[in-house]
Amino acid sequence: MPVPEHFDFFVDPNRCIGCQACVQACAECDTHKGRPMIHLEYVERSTSTQTVPVICMHCDSPTCAEVCPADAIKKTGDGVVQSARKPRCIACNNCVIACPFGVPKMQSDFELMMKCDMCYDRTSVGKRPMCATVCPSGALFYGTREQVEQLRPRSRPINTFQFGHQTITTKVNMMVPAGPGGTPGSSSAEYVDVTSAMHDESAAGGSGKRVRLNVLEDSLFQFESDAVEEPDDAATTT
Amino acid sequence: MATEPTTELPIIDRFGPHLSRMAGVRLDTGAEPDKLVKTHCCFCGQQCGIQLKVKDNEVIGFEPWEDFPFNKGMLCPKGVKRYLQGSHPDRLLSAMVRDGKAAGGFRNVGYDQAIKQVAGAIERIQREYGPDAFGMLSGASLTTEKTYLMGKFARVCLKTSNIDYNGRLCMVSAAAGNKKAFGIDRAANPWSDIPKAEVLWIAGSNVAECSPITTSYVWQARENGAKIIVVDPRITPIARTCDLFLPVKPGRDIALFNGILNLMIEHDWLDHDFIENHTVGFDALAEHVQQWTPKRTAEVTGIAEKNIRQAAEWWGQAKTSFLMHARGIEHHSHGVQNVLGAINIVLASGRIGREGCGYATITGQANGQGGREHGQKCDQLPGARDIANPEHRAHVAKVWDVDPDSIPGPGVDAYEIFRKIDRGEIKGLISLCFNPKVSLPDNAFVQRCLEKLDFYVAIDFFLNETARHADVVLPGSLQEEDEGVVTQIEGRVIKINKAVECPGDAKQDWRIIQDIAKALGRTHGMTFSGPRAIFEELRAASKGGVADYSGITWEKVEQNYGVFWPCPSEDPEGKPIDHPGTLRLFEPGTWNPIAKGAGPFYFPDGKARFNVAAYSPPTEDVDDEYPIILTTGRVVSQFLSGTQTRRIGPLVDQYPEPRMEMHPRLASKLGIADGEWATAESRRGTCTLKAQVVQTIRPDTIFIPYHWAGRKSANQLTISAQDPISKIPEYKVCAVRVKKADGPPAYDAELEAQQ
Ligand code: SF4
Ligand code: SF4
Ligand code: SF4
Repeated sequence: MPVPEHFDFFVDPNRCIGCQACVQACAECDTHKGRPMIHLEYVERSTSTQTVPVICMHCDSPTCAEVCPADAIKKTGDGVVQSARKPRCIACNNCVIACPFGVPKMQSDFELMMKCDMCYDRTSVGKRPMCATVCPSGALFYGTREQVEQLRPRSRPINTFQFGHQTITTKVNMMVPAGPGGTPGSSSAEYVDVTSAMHDESAAGGSGKRVRLNVLEDSLFQFESDAVEEPDDAATTT
Repeated sequence: MATEPTTELPIIDRFGPHLSRMAGVRLDTGAEPDKLVKTHCCFCGQQCGIQLKVKDNEVIGFEPWEDFPFNKGMLCPKGVKRYLQGSHPDRLLSAMVRDGKAAGGFRNVGYDQAIKQVAGAIERIQREYGPDAFGMLSGASLTTEKTYLMGKFARVCLKTSNIDYNGRLCMVSAAAGNKKAFGIDRAANPWSDIPKAEVLWIAGSNVAECSPITTSYVWQARENGAKIIVVDPRITPIARTCDLFLPVKPGRDIALFNGILNLMIEHDWLDHDFIENHTVGFDALAEHVQQWTPKRTAEVTGIAEKNIRQAAEWWGQAKTSFLMHARGIEHHSHGVQNVLGAINIVLASGRIGREGCGYATITGQANGQGGREHGQKCDQLPGARDIANPEHRAHVAKVWDVDPDSIPGPGVDAYEIFRKIDRGEIKGLISLCFNPKVSLPDNAFVQRCLEKLDFYVAIDFFLNETARHADVVLPGSLQEEDEGVVTQIEGRVIKINKAVECPGDAKQDWRIIQDIAKALGRTHGMTFSGPRAIFEELRAASKGGVADYSGITWEKVEQNYGVFWPCPSEDPEGKPIDHPGTLRLFEPGTWNPIAKGAGPFYFPDGKARFNVAAYSPPTEDVDDEYPIILTTGRVVSQFLSGTQTRRIGPLVDQYPEPRMEMHPRLASKLGIADGEWATAESRRGTCTLKAQVVQTIRPDTIFIPYHWAGRKSANQLTISAQDPISKIPEYKVCAVRVKKADGPPAYDAELEAQQ
């Protein structure tokens, strides 16, 4: 039974609370023997509690599969990109290096690339993926586009990503703020420009492309006059 | 006498904490479970619904329970991995007595022999020193049936007034504040009201780590356009994307609430009709808060004035709102005042008792609610009845079939029990699922007291740090080995179901308690056939009380995904009814046994009370000698004193050891870099941990999570100051000094991360 076509996967880092329930639950899946296929990244723990869950985006044209010399990575007809096939995988790491989202992981003791297969054992029988089921904040969501649009009027799902000159479309959607100040429906962005978000410092505040890090700024405090301390540049970096 | 029977390492070697991991049948992809048991998580107060996979009397995994309405399958990492505590190598499988010559200091003995020894010690101590010389401490994670039994055992069987529970460390300030203002102690609203509110005020609650499922409700409110105000000394994950963050100086919340009310009055953001018709005491309060000008509020709280004004404006002008708070405002020597301050701004807005208009304290422990309503709290009898009230005593005495005069009067709180031990007034102690050596403040004092005891018996499933001092250890039950109800965060009574049998000589706690009663020859009222029979008596004992469970049955609970209390079995005229339970408290026209129709609040006139909440600084303010504020709290992968979670490998991996969180500005002043060892010292103790340098904390404050024991315990430093009304300890603020450590502490060479 294929994964139902009208069910999509949505990732909303804005909701993520860094609890790692997804990581702990993914390790419970039958197919990957106690290892999580999702990982969690702090954007910059020294200045923020912002975390980002990273799962396989299940690209329409998966770079990992395209670069695999052994043709070990298969995409099923319903758009799910699978872990490498054990008999074929030569543990060369090409996929690990090539994936723009940093997803595949070499499991050196198995000499096998393993990655999120969207809980194929669950989704193919009508269950929801483990991580998206347990995620307590709704940062991971599996359901229909109508459901997500109804539940999340201030965000919109985007599944087109720009990496330099490469455009990638995916089965998994990122939830991005709907528009300036969260006004529903007023965003013009049709894709997430990953490269410029990573490098364009001037984008901060302006286009909203760059992740804004909340830090304790002096403007939040009332300092007693004698308690004002030497100014600290680090505290105002955003 | 109750010194640890051996040095630390042999005890750890035998009893752990050792780490359990997925292995064997749990990793076998082909292993089909024999059954799936619908039950609830054994940890926090949210009590997520979960299905346990059981094979051959072993819990081998879990499956989300997506139908359960509160969490809809969602879980935090603790819920996901809780199944790894079953069949754990550290599990106590036999009764034990202390024996200095045995490995780890304890020798296994037959269960019956151990029970006899316990009964003998109780009998001897009570004969020599009187009934009150034997004290009891129990837990707020136990089922309501067990907590009821513990209360009855103390009063009917032991006839001691000295019983209290570890909910004392959790929500008693909220309970006391709620009773003073509303006459009843329960979260006023179901969580489904949160997404309907225009403004959320979250005070002193690290929701993301302590009650993760609640974030889904909060984020949904945000999607619906709500403004979120978070008050906390740290940018917790819930504070990261809030609309307004107020970094309050620990211990100053009451000043903030008074300041907000002052601005509400100034701008007339008040619900005059509500204040007039449903409350008393507003004028005195209004006069009191006049002194809390924005300027003074800012000075005391350390929050910029413009942000205080912004918060007041959003709160004041909202049409619907929800205020929630947790230990951050409650763990103080003026915790009750903080809670009253919070309630005052809710009542002044008139936004309570309606859809989308709510107020709640966020319950911390599994059965924080039910655990105190039915009689293990030192001043309460079942049904949240008052142990000093003659009518209340008479009602319960009738159910118990005893003379009302034979029921002891109010006892003292959990910390005072230790002070009584210190003074030699309490000689013997029985504890059930309570680990005060880790969880009470100033734990060096707690250890000294344990060592003074003549006799100490611990009932538990792992040998926790306190139980290491026991003379006799009785092997109790894990949550999955018993059944009964608990009351979760919203006031919903839900059912814990049994998944597996107790292993070895381990027994369900209610059996152990009754076996002790039998060995004492005091079996009156202590011969229940099981939790169902206990629940049936509890229903009768709670009938007509504030926490009325008389209309709740196990069947009703299972059919309806829980029943909200109060749920009476009779209408106001005394005719039997099938009451559906009370989803939301204080709705206009609701009936309660105190107001009897006069109004929705639980006072004879049906009106809520405004209380003047007076500001006072923390008991121990910073000074030149101890210039830094220490605050404590939790991390998401660990729970309370860590008895369970420090034994679960994947949870330990997630946050392996406590860290001392500090701001870069403070760190650079102290010359400490991220990851270096730092020593915090208070007037009570010293603790050396690795520093975590982050900008997400106030520069004048450090934070240490409290789940670890011994030399890694935050409670070596904390102060035992208590709120005069609720007796909650002031965990959230004390004064410390911090310096860079010369190198790794001695313990680093010998102890594992989780120990
Ligand atoms: S979808 Fe399944 S396999 Fe993929 S990360 Fe989530 S839990 Fe793991
Ligand atoms: S479970 Fe959800 S909230 Fe928790 S870390 Fe994973 S994505 Fe984030
Ligand atoms: S600890 Fe609390 S939030 Fe986590 S799964 Fe258990 S009940 Fe749910």
